[in-house]
This record gives sequence, structure tokens and C-alpha cells, in this order.
Amino acid sequence: MSVTRDDLIDFVYDEARMLDEGRYTEWLDLWLPDGHYWMPLDWQQEDPLLVTSLLYEDLFMLKLRVERLNGARTFSQKPKSRCHHVLNRPAVDVMDNDSGRHVVTTQMHYVETRLDEQQLLALTARHDLAEVDGRLRIANKRVDILNCDAAFGNIQLLP
Amino acid sequence: MGRYTDNPNAIAALVRGGEVHRDVYIDEELYRLEMRHLFANTWVFVGHDSQTPNKGDYYTTQIGDQPVIMVRHTDNEIKVLYNRCPHKGTKIAIDRTGNTGKFFRCPYHAWSFKTDGCLLAIPLKKGYQDTGFDDSNAKPGMRAVGAVKNYRGFVFARLAEDGISFEDFFNGSLTSFDNMVDRSPAGRLEVAGPPLRYMHQCNWKMLVENQTDTCHPMVAHESSAGTAVQIWKEMGYTEDDPKPPAMEIIAPFMSPYEFFEDMGIRTWPNGHGHTGVHHSIHSKYSEIPGYMEAMHAAYGPERTQGILAENRHNTVYFPNIMIKGPIQQLRNFIPLGPNRTLVESWIYRLVDAPDELLARTAMYNRMINAPTSIVGHDDLEMYERAQEGLHASGNDWVNVQRLYPGPEDFSAEQVENGTTERQMRNQFDAWVRFMTADMPGASAAMQEAAE
Ligand SMILES: [Fe+2]
Repeated sequence: MSVTRDDLIDFVYDEARMLDEGRYTEWLDLWLPDGHYWMPLDWQQEDPLLVTSLLYEDLFMLKLRVERLNGARTFSQKPKSRCHHVLNRPAVDVMDNDSGRHVVTTQMHYVETRLDEQQLLALTARHDLAEVDGRLRIANKRVDILNCDAAFGNIQLLP
Repeated sequence: MGRYTDNPNAIAALVRGGEVHRDVYIDEELYRLEMRHLFANTWVFVGHDSQTPNKGDYYTTQIGDQPVIMVRHTDNEIKVLYNRCPHKGTKIAIDRTGNTGKFFRCPYHAWSFKTDGCLLAIPLKKGYQDTGFDDSNAKPGMRAVGAVKNYRGFVFARLAEDGISFEDFFNGSLTSFDNMVDRSPAGRLEVAGPPLRYMHQCNWKMLVENQTDTCHPMVAHESSAGTAVQIWKEMGYTEDDPKPPAMEIIAPFMSPYEFFEDMGIRTWPNGHGHTGVHHSIHSKYSEIPGYMEAMHAAYGPERTQGILAENRHNTVYFPNIMIKGPIQQLRNFIPLGPNRTLVESWIYRLVDAPDELLARTAMYNRMINAPTSIVGHDDLEMYERAQEGLHASGNDWVNVQRLYPGPEDFSAEQVENGTTERQMRNQFDAWVRFMTADMPGASAAMQEAAE
């Protein structure tokens, strides 16, 4: 099977919708087992390992993160946060049906709210997608926050 | 002038044995007095000298509410200057780091200053002829803080010209810095990247107190650490299976009360203290290939054993930083208002040690101390609830009475049960003394104690 540009673009829209609707089981299932969700701390950061990042999480940590959201004693989620992604049309940077690897970059606005607080973050998300058994999966995801070096309060859901 | 200004007795009355008055966390006047007295008369952390490795390198930060520049002068020494042009008050540097070459140049009227602050040149200088400029407050240039000390790379400053010496202020507590630095085979640390910057809508002292609060991890962090342990079990692993680094870091937060009781708390005079005297949540990290060899080569087996046997958990350096020796982290609790604190979490590389150690340190920092951290979320939730809750009238007092034996003497080093709140009481003992020592009317005893 070979994917089309629309398949790649739809994938990114669908993923954002899963996060906004809190469909985390489905969302985790998008990931390849050795994938990492990376959110750099520094502008144009190149190294995820030897300097601090906001997030650099494997599937174990992502699973822990989403399971925690529903825990009986998850105090920072009583009441729960809500989030909302608004996407620019994703740009397909690489579409390589021979290798089954694709790269899509998307500008987004992300809103997260809880109680009387609401914050807006401007994001650039880069999806490394891989086609495995006829299905698109996330091989890696990098989310750069425009003001990544600013001081933030809690960011509790997934931008 | 309010209730507390120049009123040492009113300030002393806020702290009584096992209780402290809520005003210390929420009162605007006390916050301003903290900036004027406490943060001026104590030794406050500024930065690490590896942030400014070359001459002319500078780093901007603040000491209490005072904007300062840390800069490497032409003689290679670190200077700490108030970040203000003596002319109109313009901040000389506003980027967080940079290199200014041989001199600072104010962007407003091009007055220039040597990197020790001395006035170098003013354009159209003849305009100041016969004006008495030499006697003006502008003539000395950018002012330096009262005193600076570079202790094994960590730069501290005292704003006040006169006061307690660095050695007398920190005394035995410097062993925690020694242990952190000695963990490098080269005996040197280097800063690794920018810090996390996490904004807290709460008083800075809540964060400092939390560093030795050993009765909260298994409660407040059950949702993260407890869930991690549970997922681990569901994956078919047991307690004894080797853990991935993430599990090594997070699982010990769920240790039972006895673990924290047994780990011990040590206090030193002037508000310093640490958890993890005998062991800590950092004790069981797995060995990293190549590190032991490098340490043995540098120190020999016996000294290496001595260095690595210490696994101090959190060391509080009063007033507002904490370090973790075993993972080379420093957290700076920067007060921005009675109900606003910026937390910067820095990490350091052990020079000549394998990169895997730094990778673990970076992982710890993002997992536990980031605005995106599932552990940090619950801590911040507790602080902010307390900051709001303290406005409830009906009880003016906060309780710090756990294992309180009656009137305490903080003037000598002491080791206690790891769940005592003695270290919090130790901080408040120092808080009263350094708040009041330079107030008119302070008792002779208070002045003496702070000297
Ligand atoms: Fe905590």
C-alpha cells in the first residue's frame, strides 16, 4: 500500500482530535514501541539527552502520564484540565513510499485550561511517521513551543 | 510603614516553636522586608562560574528583587554588579547570557564601564566639566554588590557591605557542595544547558520547606510514582528486576515512611540542612560503566568509596536554593512576590565522567522538576492550594511541629529522625535573625547571633 499526502495530513488532524477528546488508549496505539515524544526546552535544541528538555518520553512514560490523568488521587487533575488544538494545514516535508517513512510539520495553537486559568501556546509539531503493516504509526514526535524558554506554570496535558 | 517595618519584636513573634504565623507567607510588607533585610544580609546563590567561562562573558539574574550581572572580569575573577546604569537607571544587559568584550556599554547614552563596574568613558565628556561630577553618585560607575565568593565554581553574593562571612554563614553545610563536586574525577562541574523555569503562584518559603518534607512524597506523588510501580508490576516485573532509568528515578518516591524516618535529617546553623544522612532515594541508582574506573584513577579506591557512600537527598542552603549532590542538580527558588516564585532547575556535568551520568541527571530534571512533569504538577498543586488556603481566617498559624522536642538550639550541627520538621524550624530561626539583625531596635542578642 502507498500513502497519499491526504493520508499523512489526515493522520495529524486525527491525532490532535484524539488528544483533545482524551482518547488516550487509541492515541497510545498510534505509537511504535521505540518512539519518543520530545518537547525541547531550548530554541532549536539539538540534543534530547545531555541537556534538559521539557519532555523526552518513551512509551512507558507516556503510558504512565495518561494513566495518571484518571487516577483517584491525581490531585492536580481535580478538577481536570481540558485542551484544544487548532491546526494549520500540515506540510508534508518527506513522503517516501519506498521506505515507508514520512515527515510532516504542522503549526498549531494549543489551549489548555483548568479552573479559571487558560494558557495559549504556539507550537510546531514534527511527526516522523512510519507505515507498518499497512498502517501509519508515530515513529517519533517533536513539539517545539514558540516560547519554550519562558517560565510556565503547569502544562498538564499533551501539547 | 506598616506593622513589621523596624519592628523586630513583631517579626520575632511570628515564629514560636512548632508554629509560624501565616503572614510570613502572604503578607506584602513582610515580603518587602525579606528583600531589604534577609536577602541583603545572607549569602545568596548567583550562578556557576562555567556559565561565564571567558573574559567578558556575563549572566543576568537577581538576588532577591535586585537585578544583577555576573561577569568574568579581565583578571579572570567573577564580579557581581547591580544591573543598572548609574546615569539614568537603564538595565545594562537584558539578555540572559552574552559576552560584552572588555567593557559594558549602556545602549541609552553610550556610557561605558569596565567589567568591574568602573566608569570608563562618557561621550562629550566636557559637558560635565566644572559640574562637580566627580562627587556625584554616577562617578563610581556600576555598583558592585557587597561581597562575592566563588566556592568550587558556585558563585554566591552578599548584597550588604558588611555582615557575616561566607564561611561562618555556611559552616559545615559546604560538605554537600564538596560531595557534589568531588563526584567529578576532575573535581569540577560544568553547567549543562539552560535551566527549567517553572512559575509558582506561591511563597518562595513553601518550596524551600518542601525540600526536606519527607512525609509528602508517598502521599502527594502517589498518582505518579504509585502508578509507575503499578504499571511496572502489570508488565510482569518484580521489585528486584533491574529497572530502566525512569523507574529507578520515580519508584523510590513511593518508599514507606520508615524509609524516610531512617534516612535521617541533619541541620546546620543559619538555616541549612539536608535529608538523606544515611541513605536516600538516590542510593540505589545502577552503576555506570567506566565511572568507577575514572574515580579510582583520580582519587584511589578508599577516597572514591568515601565520596560515593554519601547519598544526600536534598541539601537546603538558606535562604533559597537546594542541591542534590548525587545527581548534580541545583534548584533556585527566586522570590518574585509574596505569592509568586520562579523556580530554576539547573544541572551540571561531572567533568571527566561518562555521559550516561549526565543523561540520568537530565532525565531526573525533566521528569521531576519541569512544568510538564507529572511529579511537579502535584507539588505545585499543593503549594498553590496552601497559598490560597492561608487566606482563610479562623487559624493564623501553620504547624511545623513534627518531632518538636520543646525549645530547640540550632547553633550546632545535629542529626535527627528523617521525618522531623526540625529543618523547617531551623530555617525560621535563621529567618527571624537575618530579618531583624540590622533593624534599629533589634536586641543585642539577635545582632550577635547574625554576626
Ligand atoms: Fe514533592
